[in-house]
Amino acid sequence: MRIALFVTCVTDTLFPDTGRAVVGLLERLGHEVTFPTGQTCCGQMHVNAGYAREALPLVRRFLRDFGDADTVVSPSASCTALVRAHYPQLAEEAGDNGLARESRDLASRLFELSELLIDVLAVEDVGAFYPHRVTYHSSCHGLRTLNLGDRPLRLLRAVRGIEVIELPEASECCGFGGTFAVKNADVSMAMLSDKVRHVVNTGAEACVATDNSCLMQIGGALRRQRAGVRAIHLAEILAQTP
Amino acid sequence: MTTTGFPQAARQALQDPTLRRNLDQATSTIRAKRDSAVRELPDWPELRDSGAAIKARALATLPEQLVRLEQMVTAAGGTVHWARDAAEANALVAGIAHRHRATEVVKVKSMATDEIRLNDALAATGIDVVETDLAELIVQLAGDRPSHILVPAIHYGRTEIRSLFERTIASGDALPDDPEALAEVARLYLRRRFLSARVAVSGANFAVADSGTVCVVESEGNGRFCITLPDVLITVMGIEKVLPEWRDLEVMLQLLPRSATGERMSPYTSLWTGTRPNDGPTQFHLVLLDNGRTRALADEVGRDALRCIRCSACLNVCPVYSRTGGHAYESVYPGPVGAVLSPQIFGLEAAATLPWASSLCGACYEACPVKIDIPSLLVHLRGQIVHELPGHAPERIVMRSLARVFASERLFARAQRLARVGRGPLAKFPPPLVSRWTAMRDLPLVAQQTFREWWRERENEAGHL
Amino acid sequence: MSARDEILALATAALGESVVVPEVPRNYRAPGAIALGQDELVELFTERVADYGATIHRSSKGHLHDAVSAIADTAGATRLAAPPGLGVTANGIDLVLDDPPLAADALELLDGALTGSAVAVAETGTVILDGGGRSGRRIISLIPDLHICLVEAATIVANLPDAIARLVAEGRHTSPLTFVSGPSATVDIGFERVQGVHGPRRVHVVIVQ
Repeated sequence: MRIALFVTCVTDTLFPDTGRAVVGLLERLGHEVTFPTGQTCCGQMHVNAGYAREALPLVRRFLRDFGDADTVVSPSASCTALVRAHYPQLAEEAGDNGLARESRDLASRLFELSELLIDVLAVEDVGAFYPHRVTYHSSCHGLRTLNLGDRPLRLLRAVRGIEVIELPEASECCGFGGTFAVKNADVSMAMLSDKVRHVVNTGAEACVATDNSCLMQIGGALRRQRAGVRAIHLAEILAQTP
Repeated sequence: MTTTGFPQAARQALQDPTLRRNLDQATSTIRAKRDSAVRELPDWPELRDSGAAIKARALATLPEQLVRLEQMVTAAGGTVHWARDAAEANALVAGIAHRHRATEVVKVKSMATDEIRLNDALAATGIDVVETDLAELIVQLAGDRPSHILVPAIHYGRTEIRSLFERTIASGDALPDDPEALAEVARLYLRRRFLSARVAVSGANFAVADSGTVCVVESEGNGRFCITLPDVLITVMGIEKVLPEWRDLEVMLQLLPRSATGERMSPYTSLWTGTRPNDGPTQFHLVLLDNGRTRALADEVGRDALRCIRCSACLNVCPVYSRTGGHAYESVYPGPVGAVLSPQIFGLEAAATLPWASSLCGACYEACPVKIDIPSLLVHLRGQIVHELPGHAPERIVMRSLARVFASERLFARAQRLARVGRGPLAKFPPPLVSRWTAMRDLPLVAQQTFREWWRERENEAGHL
Repeated sequence: MSARDEILALATAALGESVVVPEVPRNYRAPGAIALGQDELVELFTERVADYGATIHRSSKGHLHDAVSAIADTAGATRLAAPPGLGVTANGIDLVLDDPPLAADALELLDGALTGSAVAVAETGTVILDGGGRSGRRIISLIPDLHICLVEAATIVANLPDAIARLVAEGRHTSPLTFVSGPSATVDIGFERVQGVHGPRRVHVVIVQ
C-alpha cells in the first residue's frame, strides 16, 4: 500500500525518532510511505485555544497536502482526532460546505497508527522485538474520541520479549492539555505528579503512549526526576527488531 | 463580582492536604458506585440518547413548554410566578413568606436558590432560612459555601463536623464523632423545625409540562418533610428544568440516580401536581427563574449546557475538580458543567477563567447522562472570550503570527531551524511561561535533525543511488 | 411588559425561526420489554429491597394480620397509623385510622405506620405510594419511625418504564406520589453511609401473594 505520513509538528520538531520509526515499520511490513512535504501543523493548538477562525488556513493547507492520498497515517491520536472529529465542523462554522465535504472525505482515509495496523493492514504481530518491561498510558483523545480501545495493547502484547504491566488509573489525563500545562500549571503539575507516581510504581522501564504530547509531559517529569524510566512512543517500540 | 481567577484559586486549594484527601476519597468512591450502577443497565447508551434528545427537545420548544406547564399547574390548584432575575425571584419568595407572617422557612437543597442567594435576601427582610439537607446545614452553620453540587460539605471530615455541631446546634454539649450519633443530633434539631414551619422553599429536579407535575429527588427525607408538612410550599425552578411529557420521567429517573450517587433509585422521589385537599400544602407556588438562561439559550452551541440535570457525574470524573474542589471555581456551579454554564448564565466577564480550567480530556462528556459535549463547549467559550473580552490582544497577536508561520511550509521549516539556536517565532516564549513548564519538567529540545530534514536527506540519497 | 411576557419573548427570540426540534428516540427497554414471570419479579424485587437495608417479608392475604402483628411485635410497636381504606386487621395492635386526618403531633406519638402501596418496581426495589386509599396520605408514612408497607405481588412490575406506564394508564400520575427505595440515608458525614436521617428509619416491606 501507498501510505502518506502526517508526522505532526510536535513529532517533526521535537521527536523525529517517532516519525522515522513509523517509516521504518511500515516499510518493513512491505508498504510505501510518502511524506507530503508541504505539511506543517493540523491547528490543534489554535483550535483548542479558541482561535478556530485563525486556524482555517491550516485546515485548508492540510486538505491540500493530504487530499490526494488514499491512506494517511499519523502517530498522534490527538491530531487524528482533531481532523476527524472537528475539521468538518470548523468548515461548516466558517460557512464553507465544500471544505466540509472534503474534510469528511479525508477523515475516512485518515488513521492513527494503531488503527492503521489493526483495522487497515490487519496485522497485530508486526515482528517487533523489545525485551523490556513497559506500561501503557492511554491518551485522552485516543481513548475517548477515537475509541482506540485495546488496539495499542494488542500490538504491544505481540512484541517479542516485552512485558506489559498494567498502569493504575491508565485512563486518567496526564495533565498536558496543550496550553493548559502553562495556563493552569499548578493543576497540570498535580495531575502529572499522580501520573508519574503511578508509572514509577509499576517498576516498568518505559512508559509508552500513542501521543508525543503526553510523552513530552510525562517524559519531561520522569527526566527531571532522574527516575530512570523512559517515555517512548508506540511506533518506536514496534519499529525495533532483534 | 471580583474573583481571584481559577489558576490562583486552584493553586491555593491544591496546597491543602486534607482537602485533597477528602476529595480523592469522595470522588473515587462515588465514581466506583456510579460505574457499577451504570454497568447494570444493558440499555444505558439508549437511555443517554433519549435523555439528551428529551432535554434538547424541551429547550428547542421552551416557550410552549413553559406556557403549558403554567396552564397545568394552575389548573391543579398551584400558582405560577415568573422571575427575570435573582432580585425578582427573591422578592417573590419574600413576598409570599411575609403574607403568611413567616419569620422562619425550611428549605430543601436547591442550586437555583443558591444561585440567587435567596438565604441572604430573605435574611435581609427578617426571615430566617433553615437549611434542612445535612450537608447544607453543615455549610450554613459553619458560615461557609458549598463546594460540590451533590455533596456540598465534601470538604468537611467527621471531626470537623463534630466540633461544628458542638459549637452550634448541640449548644456546647460534647458529642461522639461517629456518623450515626452526629446524624441523630441533626435529625432532632431539624424535626423541631419541620413541625413548626409554615412555609417551605424547595427547588425541583424536573417539572412536567403536560401534567404540571413537579419532581424532587433526594436521599435524606428532608425534602418529603418540606413538601408535605408546611401550609405553603414555594418551589424555585430554573426554566430549563421543564420536561415535555410525563413519560420522559422514565428516562430521567433512570439516568439521574445512577449518575449522581450510583444508586438504582434515590431513597425518595416525590412527585406532586398542584395541591391536594388534606394532603400536603394548601398553597403551592412555582417560581420560574430565567436569570441568564434565555441568554444561554440564544447561543446555538452553548445552549446544550442547559440540558444539565445537576447530577454531578462530571465533577466526580474530572481530574481537575477532583484535585481542586469546588471553591476554586468561585461559582455556584463548579466543575466541568459549571465551567460552561457559569459564563453563560452569569456572563463571560464573571467567569472568564473557567473555560480554561480543563485539559479537555473528555471524561465529563463520557459520564454525562444527557451527553453534553463539554469539551466542545469549553473551546467555543474560549473562542468567545479571547475575541470579545479585553485583555487578550497580546495573545491574539501571537496566535495570529504563529498561524501565519504554520500556514507556510517555508516559514515553518525556517522557524524550526531558528528555534534550534533559541531564536525565531517558535522560540520566543516569555520566561514566566517557560518556567511554569520547567518547574516540574525538563524542556524538550528541537532535534538536531528534524523529521523533514531527515526525509529530505533520505530522498536526496535515494536520488543518488 | 410583565416578567412572563419578557421571558417568553426572550426565549422565542433566542431560539429563532429555524431551530431544529429533535425527535426523541426511545430504544431503551420500553414498558413490557422485560418478560419476567410473577415469581421472578417477586424474587428480583425481594433481592433489591434487601440490598437497601429494608426488611422484606412474604405473606398470603389470609395470614396478613399475623404477619403484621409479628413485625410490629419484633419492632416493639403497639400503635400504628393506617389509612382508612386499607382493610387490614392485626392482633394485639392498635390501628389508628387516619380518618379524620391525624395531626402531625398525633402521628409523632404513634409507634409506626401501616400502609399499602400502588405499584412496585422489581429492578430497583422501589415501592410507589400514590396518596390514595391504600397508600394513605403522605404524612402518615413520613412522621413515624417505622413503616410497614404492604405490596400486592400483582402490582410488582419489572422496571421503571413499566411502573410509569401503569401509573399513567390508571390515571394516578397526578396524585401525590412518593417513590420509596429503602430507608433514608446520607453520606455527608465522613463519607460513611448513615441510615435514617429523616423519614422512617425502619422499613418493612410485606409482599402479599
